[in-house]
Amino acid sequence: MPFSASQAANNVSVVRVEGQLIVANRQELKQMVQDALDQGARRFVFDFTPTAYIDSSGLGALVSMSKRVRQAGGDLRLAGLNEDLRSLFELTKLDTLFAIFETPAEALVGY
Amino acid sequence: MLAPAHLPPRDPGERERYRVELATDLSRVGEVVETVCACCFAGIPPTPRTQFRLCTVLAEAVANAMLYGNGGDPARRVVIEVALGEDQMVIAVSDDGDGFEHNVMPLPIGEESREATRGRGLFMIHRLADQVAFNDRGNTIWMTLPRR
Repeated sequence: MPFSASQAANNVSVVRVEGQLIVANRQELKQMVQDALDQGARRFVFDFTPTAYIDSSGLGALVSMSKRVRQAGGDLRLAGLNEDLRSLFELTKLDTLFAIFETPAEALVGY
Repeated sequence: MLAPAHLPPRDPGERERYRVELATDLSRVGEVVETVCACCFAGIPPTPRTQFRLCTVLAEAVANAMLYGNGGDPARRVVIEVALGEDQMVIAVSDDGDGFEHNVMPLPIGEESREATRGRGLFMIHRLADQVAFNDRGNTIWMTLPRR
């Protein structure tokens, strides 16, 4: 499974993205988040520590999920981006759209 | 119809060529990226940066070929060809489509479009590859990257 979800303190859903987030699997992640929203989850941390690369469809899916979560009154944080992924977010200006943390643990502080 | 050859003529420094042909099937993009990367880096471990760049531009180009070039039609094919040189590699991705106006493709991504859910792909390719070129028809993209 490229994605796995776990529950952290304060009812935060932590979603790990293994390998890649691309056109081939983005719908699976979007459905996972939608299911969590339907079950009442509102705060999410996406853990990209084990992620090798993300294509533009994956970035678009993140933007789309962020909108849905915010519309539901929730929040979505990103964490664990390696140097290359971080530069990709800066390149596409998405670093200004998302709250990005060094590690999932840091993203959970005060969440 | 696909042109018979998508790569430029052989360069004197060229060592190997690979060709992968597959049907339009978005579920296989990750698999084909893995396969092509394995060919490109056989015996020459890349830097993490180079591996990231190749994986990203390749996934992007193959997805574009399937989605926009071939319109998602599973009967249409995508061809990936790689020419490996000593220090660089050229990757050609071709589809069966009619091509597009690649010369007028807007590249900058501004603050105003940051919430867009699409439109970043070609911009990313241009920023991550050393060189990017298209054939006249616009159904083949060539991307040059470092080998290491």
